[in-house]
Amino acid sequence: MPAPRPLRDIAVVAFAQTDHLRTTDELSEVEMLMPVLHQVLASTGLKTSDIGFTCSGSTDYLAGRAFSFTMALDGVGAWPPISESHVEMDGAWALYEAWTKLLTGEADTALVYGFGKSSPGSVRDVLTRQLDPYYVAPLWPDSIALAALQAQALIDAGDTDEPALTAVAARSRASAADNSHAQLRGSVPRGDYAVRPLRTGDCPPIGDGAAAVILAAGERARELCERPAWIRGIDHRIEAHGLGVRDLTDSPSTRLAAERAGAFERPVDTAELHAPFTAQEVVLRKALRLDESVDVNPSGGALAANTVMAAGLIRIGEAAARIQRGDSNRALAHATSGPCLQQNLVAVLEGDPR
Amino acid sequence: MPEVLKAPLVVEFPFTRSLGPVQSAFLTGLRERVVLGVKTVDGRILVPPVEYDPVTSDDLRDLVEVSPTGTVTTWAWNHEPRRGQPLDTPFAWVLVKLDGADTALLHALDAPGGPESVHTGMRVRVRWAEERSGAITDIACFEPYEGGKDGTRELTGHDGQFADMVTGIVAPARLDYVYSPGRAQSGYINALVERRTVGERCPSCRKVYVPPRGACPTCGVATSEQVEVGPRGTVTTYCIVNIKAKNLDIEVPYVYGHIALDGADLALHGRIGGIPYDQVRMGLRVEPVWTDGGRYPDHYRPTGEPDADYDTYKELV
Repeated sequence: MPAPRPLRDIAVVAFAQTDHLRTTDELSEVEMLMPVLHQVLASTGLKTSDIGFTCSGSTDYLAGRAFSFTMALDGVGAWPPISESHVEMDGAWALYEAWTKLLTGEADTALVYGFGKSSPGSVRDVLTRQLDPYYVAPLWPDSIALAALQAQALIDAGDTDEPALTAVAARSRASAADNSHAQLRGSVPRGDYAVRPLRTGDCPPIGDGAAAVILAAGERARELCERPAWIRGIDHRIEAHGLGVRDLTDSPSTRLAAERAGAFERPVDTAELHAPFTAQEVVLRKALRLDESVDVNPSGGALAANTVMAAGLIRIGEAAARIQRGDSNRALAHATSGPCLQQNLVAVLEGDPR
Repeated sequence: MPEVLKAPLVVEFPFTRSLGPVQSAFLTGLRERVVLGVKTVDGRILVPPVEYDPVTSDDLRDLVEVSPTGTVTTWAWNHEPRRGQPLDTPFAWVLVKLDGADTALLHALDAPGGPESVHTGMRVRVRWAEERSGAITDIACFEPYEGGKDGTRELTGHDGQFADMVTGIVAPARLDYVYSPGRAQSGYINALVERRTVGERCPSCRKVYVPPRGACPTCGVATSEQVEVGPRGTVTTYCIVNIKAKNLDIEVPYVYGHIALDGADLALHGRIGGIPYDQVRMGLRVEPVWTDGGRYPDHYRPTGEPDADYDTYKELV
C-alpha cells in the first residue's frame, strides 16, 4: 500500500550547523547556538517575527544545566512571545513536530534547531540515565557497551565482521574530508577496543555543536529557496524497551517508518543515516534495503560528527542541502534515539524536477 | 578574552520509584533467590518480566519461575569497568536467556578466563549478591557454568507471592560535570571578585542585561559590550520569606527582593537586610553589603536616599 501523501507540501528551505568541537568552554549553549539561527534566518531573509512556529530539541543532562532550553530561547529573540515548543529528543523529532504544525495550516514557516554540549560531562554515562530505571539503569551499562552487544550479535549472525566495521568507519571519515564542520575527518586509526568488539574507531566522536533548519509550506517555500527539499513523507517508530526482547540485528521500527514515509516506492540516490556506531550502519542498510547505488552518508555521518541532540536533525539538513545544491533528487534521512537504534525516524526528501 | 571559568558540578539524586505488581514480584523474587518471568498473550516467557505485553500491550500478570542458569545470546568485553557497573574488574556485558525464558536479561558476566573464554551460546548461571534488597543488583553477576539445566536447586514453581513484598526501589544516580558558564557569565563572575557588577548591552535595543547571558532575549542577538552597573539600586518588588530553608543560616522572616541596579535594564534578586522586614517597600533605594571572602553581595541594605519614583522603575517590575 503506498504511503499517503502529506496534506500540504512542506520543504526544508535552509540548513546550518556549527563546527562540531570536542570542547567549547568559552561558549554558553545560547552563545554556541545563536550563529546557526542567524545563518538560517539570513539565508531566507526571514526575521524571528516572520516565523510561524519554533521547535527545539535538547537535553539538560548533557551539560548538567537545568532549563538550558529556555536559556537557548534567548538566542531566538522570543519577545513578543512566539509560538514555541521543545522536545527532550534529537532536533529531528522537533522537526517532526514542526512538520505536523505546518500540516495543520496554523503556520507556514517553522524554525527548528537542536543543540548539545557533551563536553562538560561524560556522555557515555549520561546516556545510561535514559534506560529502563528498574532493571537496566542500576547496572550503568554505558552507550558503547550496549552498541558493542549489538555489534557482537551482528557478527554472530554473519552480517558483518570487524574488518567490515573498520571499513564503514574509514569510508565515513574519508567522506567527511569535504565537510568542514565535521570533527573526525580523513584517516582515523581503528584504535584499540573500547568495548570489544567495538574499537575506538567504531565509535562516534564526542562533541559540542548545534544545527538549525527552516521549514516552509507550499509557495512560501518556493519564495524562500531556489530548490526546496520537499518532505514527501516522514514517520517515526519505536521498539520494545527491553533490549532482550528485541532482535538487535534488525530494525523493524526503521523499516516501518521508511514504509510509512514512502521510502520504498522509488529508489533514493542519497541516504543520510544516523548510525553513531559502525555496526548500526549495517543494521540500517539492511532495514532500508540500500544497495551500492545509493550514496550513504556523503557528509561523513555520525561517525564524523555526533553532537547529541543535533546529529539526527543534521542528517535531514545534509540531505536537504544536497537537494538544494542539485547533487540529489531524492534522498532519505534517518535519525535515531535511545540504545541500539531504539527509536527511528525516516524522512524522504525530493527536489522539483529540473 | 578574559579567563573562562570552570568548576566541578555533581548532580546527584536518589530516585525513589514505586513498582508495579510484576516488577514487585520479580525484584522480591531476586531477594529470595528466585527468578520469575511473565507469560505473554502468545505464551512466551519474558525475563525480565514487564507489566504490559510488548506486542499487544495487554496487562501481564501470569508469573512463572525460570532457572537461574541460562545461555549467552550476545556479549561485549568491558576491559575498563566504570563507576556503578556490577564488577570492578574486567568483565563481559551479556544478554542471557535463562532456561525457561524466551527473552534475554542484561547483566555482567565474571569471566576470569578473559574475552577468549566468552562466546555466544556459552552456559552461565546467576551469582547471587551476599546482601539482597529486592533490586536487579541482587544478581551480583553471572558466572560460567558447566553443569546441567539447573545444578543449583530444583525449581519450586513459584507463583510470585512472597511475604513482605518489595514495593519500591531507591536508585541513586550521580553524574559528574566540569561546568563552564561561557564567556558572558564568566565576565560577570570575574567582576564580582572585584566587587563590581557588570552587565552586557544589547547592540540593537541598547538594554543592559544583568547578569548577562550572552544574548538579548528580545532581539536574539549577541551582547558583548560590558557595562558596569550599580552599586546602588532600587527595590522593584519583594516578598517576605517565612519558611526557613534547609542549610540556610538566616532567621525568618526576611525579605527577598528584585533590585534594579542603577544603569541596568533587568532586575536581579537578593536579600534585603538592615531594615525591619515590614518596612521594606517598592522604590526603596539599596546598596550591596559584602562580607569578607564573599563572592557576591551577602545582602542589600537601605542607602538612606529618598525612595525612587515609580515611573523610574515601572518598566523593570
